[in-house]
Amino acid sequence: MSNSTNLTMDKPTPTSLLDTGAQGLIGEPLQRTEGPLKVSGNATYAAEYALEKVAYGVLVGSDFTLGKITKVDAESVKSLPGVIDVVTDFDSFARNPQQGGETKAPTQGVEDVAYRGEIVAIVVAESFEAARDAAHRVVVEHDAPKAEGRYDFETQRHKTDKPADDQIPAHFSQGDLAGAMAEAPHVLDVTYTTPSQNSAAMEPHATTAHWDEDGILNIYGAYQMPSSDKQQLAKALGVSASKVRIIARYIGGGFGSKLGIAPEAVAAAIAARQLGRPVKCVMARSQVFEATVRRSNTEQRMRLGADAQGKLTAIGHDSLVSNLDGEDFFEPCGMATHFLYAAENREINHDMVRLDWLLAGSMRAPGEAVGQLALECAMDELAEAIGIDPIELRHINEPDCDPETQVPFSSRQLTRCLDEGARKFGWDKRAAPGTTRDGEWLVGLGVAAAARGNMLQKSAAKVTINVLGKATVETDMTDIGTGTYTILGQIAGELLGIPLEDVEVKLGDTNSPPGAGSGGSWGAGSSGSSVYLACENLREQIAEKMGVAAEGLTLKDGHAIGDNRRVSLSELVGDRGLSAEGAIAPGKQEKDTRQSSYGAHFAEVGVNTTTGEVRVRRMLGVFAAGRILNEKTARSQCLGGMTFGIGAALTEDLIHDPRNGKLVNRDLAEYHVPVNADVPQLDVVFLEERDVHANPLHAKGIGELGISGAGAAIANAVYNACGVRVRDFPITLDKILDGLPAM
Amino acid sequence: MHFTINGQSHEVEPDIRTSLLDLLREHVGLTGSKKGCDHGQCGACTVLINGRRVNSCLTLAVMHQDDDITTIEGLGTPDNLSPMQAAFVKHDGYQCGYCTPGQICSAMGMLDEVKKGWGSHVSKDLTNPELTDEEISERMSGNICRCSAYPNIVDAIREVAGADA
Ligand code: FES
Ligand code: FES
Repeated sequence: MSNSTNLTMDKPTPTSLLDTGAQGLIGEPLQRTEGPLKVSGNATYAAEYALEKVAYGVLVGSDFTLGKITKVDAESVKSLPGVIDVVTDFDSFARNPQQGGETKAPTQGVEDVAYRGEIVAIVVAESFEAARDAAHRVVVEHDAPKAEGRYDFETQRHKTDKPADDQIPAHFSQGDLAGAMAEAPHVLDVTYTTPSQNSAAMEPHATTAHWDEDGILNIYGAYQMPSSDKQQLAKALGVSASKVRIIARYIGGGFGSKLGIAPEAVAAAIAARQLGRPVKCVMARSQVFEATVRRSNTEQRMRLGADAQGKLTAIGHDSLVSNLDGEDFFEPCGMATHFLYAAENREINHDMVRLDWLLAGSMRAPGEAVGQLALECAMDELAEAIGIDPIELRHINEPDCDPETQVPFSSRQLTRCLDEGARKFGWDKRAAPGTTRDGEWLVGLGVAAAARGNMLQKSAAKVTINVLGKATVETDMTDIGTGTYTILGQIAGELLGIPLEDVEVKLGDTNSPPGAGSGGSWGAGSSGSSVYLACENLREQIAEKMGVAAEGLTLKDGHAIGDNRRVSLSELVGDRGLSAEGAIAPGKQEKDTRQSSYGAHFAEVGVNTTTGEVRVRRMLGVFAAGRILNEKTARSQCLGGMTFGIGAALTEDLIHDPRNGKLVNRDLAEYHVPVNADVPQLDVVFLEERDVHANPLHAKGIGELGISGAGAAIANAVYNACGVRVRDFPITLDKILDGLPAM
Repeated sequence: MHFTINGQSHEVEPDIRTSLLDLLREHVGLTGSKKGCDHGQCGACTVLINGRRVNSCLTLAVMHQDDDITTIEGLGTPDNLSPMQAAFVKHDGYQCGYCTPGQICSAMGMLDEVKKGWGSHVSKDLTNPELTDEEISERMSGNICRCSAYPNIVDAIREVAGADA
């Protein structure tokens, strides 16, 4: 018997072994298995490996925005006590991070500075203090820029190019949008803008680079997708991928910002090679803001046309987004607009404005997070214009299959989420805008739909049962706070009948089989399926040893039960143990069905009658994302997403100085992520669901569903509270104040 | 110089530029305290100095001769968690875990402040504050959690405070 089981999702998987497992682990709100390590300070992040002779690297970013470097004045700092060297390599240093999942090197070459803060050198010293001091003193001389800088979106927005098609086509058109708009009795044509945002994971980007005696580069790095990151880094350094090992056991948050290799990894690896000793390099928080990746700012024109009853005949979603020269990624704002609502005439376009700002790339729910701010506010505005309830409007426009490709939805419970939520939240209490008072606060309710496309990625894992009857799961998949350690343990434990405490999950090491990595909410479905398949294979091996058919086998509490016998796994597998590999890959199901997770957000806000300040008072998210593998960690993912939604709606605004391209607010005091007092006790409800088209677990993505639409529910609640419709995010008090009713 | 860290005596001669956080992480090998910003803006580095919560990135090690410093490692171990640590696990008061040591140290310091009757911006009674959810949220707002475990952090702290009262 082969000890590997591979599956390409060309067909649905009508039955899942998770429904017949006997261990009782699946779906339970179990505590994170790595929890005790994290709460006691014993989980080891990238900069926390105690390596012999490690030197400290501090990065030097350009303090000008454009121009060719003529000299990096290293000599003056080399004599400072403790300084070892100033290392730069104009050709090899990364100009900016790579996007996630790419196998090419990040864009390299830093001599011609492309944006302010670009990493141009690394100072290495015996201590962090010495390196930091010297890095501040390094003078980088440069020529005047050849061209005038493009720092202002407003002045550049007319010069666009059409980006290359990516996950979705840059341009899409069906039917006759203009014609339908001209005929529709109800039309809306409004423009929303969202600013650049930063993922602001709490752990700054960090790499400890160590070339060992065998010429292998060991990277302890804060990276979400080690298997592709390894290839990116190898290419950047001109070595074979087999010479690079990435270890990322614990990652202090990512949210997309750590998908691709970033400048600090390349700099640390080059410095470590040159100096012949390990180099640890942690970005300063200001460098995380300036030189990693932002979510693009967007300008989104929404056109909706509806008939007298509210049935949409036209949907137009035209987005302007921005990025650096030579970078293809475009913020796919229209991602969910492709399938969320029925309408015959549709246009969904994305155009690129080239700016000399730092890289734009993935941040939690690229596309949906900001796209649904526009779409779901527009739906609210349309409902108001027609004079119907916004939930009713969504009912009326619920498509019965994909409105563009006509393929069926793999599973879709959007309207149930809305209805359940309405009941639970007390939606019937919603009054006319500006009419509910609570002391000095105007109070309002808002709703928005949530949708996040479901994706499957290639992923592999190895599962072993040893002579003690304990299991080990190995894959280079990561846990960035998502719960991977726990759910992979649950899946293996359930399918092998082994208690969770006897399943060890080893993640984040590229010496293990290549996993999907953490991104795009695909982790649980992809990596979980690889573990499932490996366990399915082990079950067959165990059944053979028991002399029973796999279907007649029950595995529970470390024992195999079949044919009226109960034998311990330990005895069955013997000294040599058993092992198997599983691998999943996306297949035809991706095209044959439209796959997405859905939800509904409800928000209650107060708007201060005097100051215009907005406070979120209550929020509820009702979600349907296939099988929920762990109710506790899934809920936490949703809390996190919803809170990102609060930030996007009310506070987060990365400001680029239009005169010189400087980031105005490059720290956590000025870039406002929500703090504890900004977030009420949020409510999360999951609907029962199975998705047989998604993967053998029947689970869909959850990590980004919570952010999708969340901010729109808040914006709609703000409107309902005070009658002011702000289309320029974030909704800060200055934008509300003038429109407040006189008191 | 002499420091007492988690009940143990340490003799270290730090660079005068070394922050207490870097002393702990880079010189004493206690990496439980995290660096999220190095500027006093995130709270990931919170430790207890003579019982009070402090952002250890904002204070120089040389200012702490003979001080009694408690880090997350001093509160409990994986096999023997303190009640607050256990409550964070139970309520999922974290995700990536990076802000968590700071949250837990901060929570310990915060409960002590409330016990001493220190008021806050949201206290109804400034000299005898009651530990409402709003009070917990307000007082924990110096500790950013980008994973946004806030509601669960409040649950964990409320439970421990309740058991204490
Ligand atoms: S690291 Fe000290 S407050 Fe952020
Ligand atoms: S647990 Fe990740 S930042 Fe708080």
